[in-house]
Amino acid sequence: MTQQSSLFNPATLTVSELTRFIQALLESEPVLQDIWVEGEISNLKYHSSGHVYLSLKDDTSTLRCIMWKTYVPRLGMKLRDGMAIAAHGRIGVYERGGDYQLYIDSVQAVGEGLLFQEFLRLKAELEAEGIFDPVRKLPLPEQPVVIGIVTSATGAALQDMLNIFRQRYPLIEIILAPAAVQGDAAAPEIVAQLKKLELKKVDLILLARGGGSIEDLWAFNDERVVRAIAACSIPIITGIGHETDFTLSDFAADLRAPTPTAAAVLAVPDRAELQSELRAILNQLVDAVQQCIQTRKLEMREMDFRLARVSPQNRVQNERQHIDALQEKGINSVRHAFQLQRARLLGNLQHLMSISPDAVLERGFALVISEDGQLVTSTSQVTVDALVDVQLKDGKFGTQVRSVQPKKSHD
Amino acid sequence: MAEKAVEEMTYEEGLKELEEIIQALEGNSGALEDMLHLFERGQALAKHCLMILDKAELRVETLTASDVSDGIVL
Repeated sequence: MTQQSSLFNPATLTVSELTRFIQALLESEPVLQDIWVEGEISNLKYHSSGHVYLSLKDDTSTLRCIMWKTYVPRLGMKLRDGMAIAAHGRIGVYERGGDYQLYIDSVQAVGEGLLFQEFLRLKAELEAEGIFDPVRKLPLPEQPVVIGIVTSATGAALQDMLNIFRQRYPLIEIILAPAAVQGDAAAPEIVAQLKKLELKKVDLILLARGGGSIEDLWAFNDERVVRAIAACSIPIITGIGHETDFTLSDFAADLRAPTPTAAAVLAVPDRAELQSELRAILNQLVDAVQQCIQTRKLEMREMDFRLARVSPQNRVQNERQHIDALQEKGINSVRHAFQLQRARLLGNLQHLMSISPDAVLERGFALVISEDGQLVTSTSQVTVDALVDVQLKDGKFGTQVRSVQPKKSHD
Repeated sequence: MAEKAVEEMTYEEGLKELEEIIQALEGNSGALEDMLHLFERGQALAKHCLMILDKAELRVETLTASDVSDGIVL
């Protein structure tokens, strides 16, 4: 466009100059560089290069669009002809064709897009209020006794959960609080049933719904439901939709389970595990009591040992030994006394024997016995011619006194 | 302590006392006779709890949508 203008002719541009001029105009307009456009897809083409070409149209107009392959994986959905979408991107000019077109970087299905935006708005609002704050989360009971369930009374989700409870932990009592889980009635019914279960003072509440489209699950993004969950004084586990579905109820719940079945599994312990734990406890009991007995046995052995050391039996033995010694000593002294006595007796006997008449006779003396049997010890007892017996050591003989000669007395 | 009959205990009560008994036994102090008694009671409790787990059946009560107090048993 730098070509010199003629005085007579209006300025003339080449095609490419004009195209670049338009391109510069369009691409300098901020509104066109960050824009959402709603329309229905037509002429959709997934090109082998990976780029996607399509047109967006409504009743009266058509807009050519292109999505570079780098954005395609982020779509999260498969585009179809006839699909109503909101596409985000910038308006640019394709020089070669002189076409302006929308360079798309993201796409939302219409409807879903609005819901999603509402979801994000509410999520941000509640988050700012602290409704999803982890410190608000209540701890779950380890072994609940009464569990409340808020779900559809006719849904498969309920039967799935009841089956899990029957298998894993049939000790509990279930209080079913049926509620619509989709449609306009769902949110108020869910809120009302949560409050009823709270009054029933159940230990735990499961809020569940089987899988469905995002619209089906929408009641669980309802602000009333989310606030009721957060306000509930009883721990709540949500099991809503499938693994990939996240609702605001899930964020507000004390625990989010990916499905109703998973919620039931998380709610209760496993009976088989508890039984094997109990068996382990039985073993533990046996070990503990054996330990008790063992310790006491050792204590007893130690006591026994100590007792043996201080036992009076030792003294008894000592005493016995002492007595034995004494006895020995006694016997000896008695024996000694005996011997002494014996010796003395023998001496006496010898003495006795030495003074006995027999001993005198033995030495050669004789005894003279008168006729009347009297021992003659004096001359006065005999007269001449008297008959006397003379006794010697080995016998006696008779004789007649021939003379009597008394000894002269001193005076 | 006044002992509740084992057969009358709920699973939770049984388990709670069982834990106390284990603790007491592992503490290993007290009269041997008491220990043996605890052991026997512990065994009875564990068996009782096992039996409860074996025999338990899920009870389901359904609240009506309109009334809090009236429940019907399925």
